[in-house]
Amino acid sequence: MGKRLNLENTIRGILLLFSTAALVILAIIVVFLFKEGLMLFQHTSVTDFLFGHKWIPAENIYGAFPFIVSTILVTLGALLISVPLGISCAVFLVEISPRWARELVRPAIELLAGIPSIIYGVFALIIVVDVLRVPFNLATGETILAASIILAIMILPIIISISQDSIDSVPRIYREGSYAMGATDWQTISKVVVPSARRGIIAGVILGCGRAIGETMAVVLVIGNVEKLPLSLLDSGETLTSAILLEMGEAVIGSLHYNALFCLGIIPFLIVLVLSMLSSRLITKRVSRFE
Amino acid sequence: MDKENKIEVRNLNLWYGDKQALKNNSIKIRKNHVTAIIGPSGCGKSTFIRCLNRMNDLVEGVKITGEVSINNKNIYDKDVDVVSLRRRVGMVFQKPNPFPMTIFDNVAYGPRIHGIKDKKKLQEIVEKSLKDTTLWNEVSDRLDKSALDLSGGQMQRLCIARTIAVKPDVLLFDEPCSALDPVATGKIEDLIQELKKEYTIVIVTHNMQQAARVSDYTGYFLLGELIEFGKTKQLFENPKEKSTEDYITGRFG
Repeated sequence: MGKRLNLENTIRGILLLFSTAALVILAIIVVFLFKEGLMLFQHTSVTDFLFGHKWIPAENIYGAFPFIVSTILVTLGALLISVPLGISCAVFLVEISPRWARELVRPAIELLAGIPSIIYGVFALIIVVDVLRVPFNLATGETILAASIILAIMILPIIISISQDSIDSVPRIYREGSYAMGATDWQTISKVVVPSARRGIIAGVILGCGRAIGETMAVVLVIGNVEKLPLSLLDSGETLTSAILLEMGEAVIGSLHYNALFCLGIIPFLIVLVLSMLSSRLITKRVSRFE
Repeated sequence: MDKENKIEVRNLNLWYGDKQALKNNSIKIRKNHVTAIIGPSGCGKSTFIRCLNRMNDLVEGVKITGEVSINNKNIYDKDVDVVSLRRRVGMVFQKPNPFPMTIFDNVAYGPRIHGIKDKKKLQEIVEKSLKDTTLWNEVSDRLDKSALDLSGGQMQRLCIARTIAVKPDVLLFDEPCSALDPVATGKIEDLIQELKKEYTIVIVTHNMQQAARVSDYTGYFLLGELIEFGKTKQLFENPKEKSTEDYITGRFG
């Protein structure tokens, strides 16, 4: 008897350990990130870090403002391109396209989501950068815009598939109600279907936004990596994550430079955390609303 | 005027793929009267009513032959604009289906899609439609609140208000009370009596008492065929067909 009870308890204990592992790992990462990062503020003030225009590790000057602005610009640019494209694509797939087209496009979109980001980066470096250089008459096509374009392509699958699910789950009776009042296809889609699905669509956009902020490899290849404040989408820039990638190798462990790079990491970490909490709230609310 | 036929259906057949759901039905529906369509589940009564505003067009693989004339014009003619047809022939569904927007926007939806932009005019239409459906007193102080917070019966009356806001002349009800409690059902039935002064009404119901209470004429469907059609009183008290009698006396169905 005692033996069996012991076994039960052991198994229960092991399962508990496994199930909490993810939580423990998350906690360790957070503690580590903040412990290393926040040490910077013994030397540099928070305002100097967030709004300082200069980033010169050799002189221990750490102003992350150019990186923050680059990150924001790249992400906004990517959203500007991918949101209208993604939502229209989702609407087309659910509401308009014949079944064969849907069956052709769906696996293609899933595949697009599975491509390693470095491949996107190389593609962008060879094609997108070159395509931008000539018409805008730039010295180099390695710009914020190039990064935005490639990020837009990368987050398109997220936006499309989540919007698609959400539009798909709009009850048929809403559509019928609209048609029964003499609405056209377009009126039904734009005034009833898409607004009814808006929570899910917004959740998709937020998730895509989080992905765009965190993405590093593809961006680092095409953004030009210049530590100065970008003034337009056609300037070169450097995002928070690409700065970490480029400089972590040369930073001495435990140095101020090292702390500053961790501090850079805290910013996208917090943003993505907030965004994913927002989107999961939107998604669960939407489900409960439609029963 | 009273004897005028609003809708005339001649030799209507309908197939879903290979399956024939309506078999050669002809029926005349009187203007400003309530016509009830009864019959057991799957007899084609909902399919039939959906032919009257061409909602079946939205279903894939449907084939229809025959003629449905409304105001002496066959709505299945090639030159008919389905959008304006559905505006004239409104429909209320089995499950209340207000859109997930405010009460005001729900009622204003129809007028807006048909081009009315003037705020004052919209307000007038919304108020009138809600008054005509006895909902005004219950919701006038929360027009800007979500329609999804209403009770089931209120939602259904809102859907009726939404439908009459585009001023149709025919109203189709497809089992409008099947999801409602008896009190809400009573309100809808009273409303139908009120509405028939202005509209020609066709109601599908699986509830025979309801048909007897609200309608002037009743048609009995079985397996896609109109078995009997006549004045409601006569059909319920003295049915001509054996199968009608079996159904209304509850021997099957």
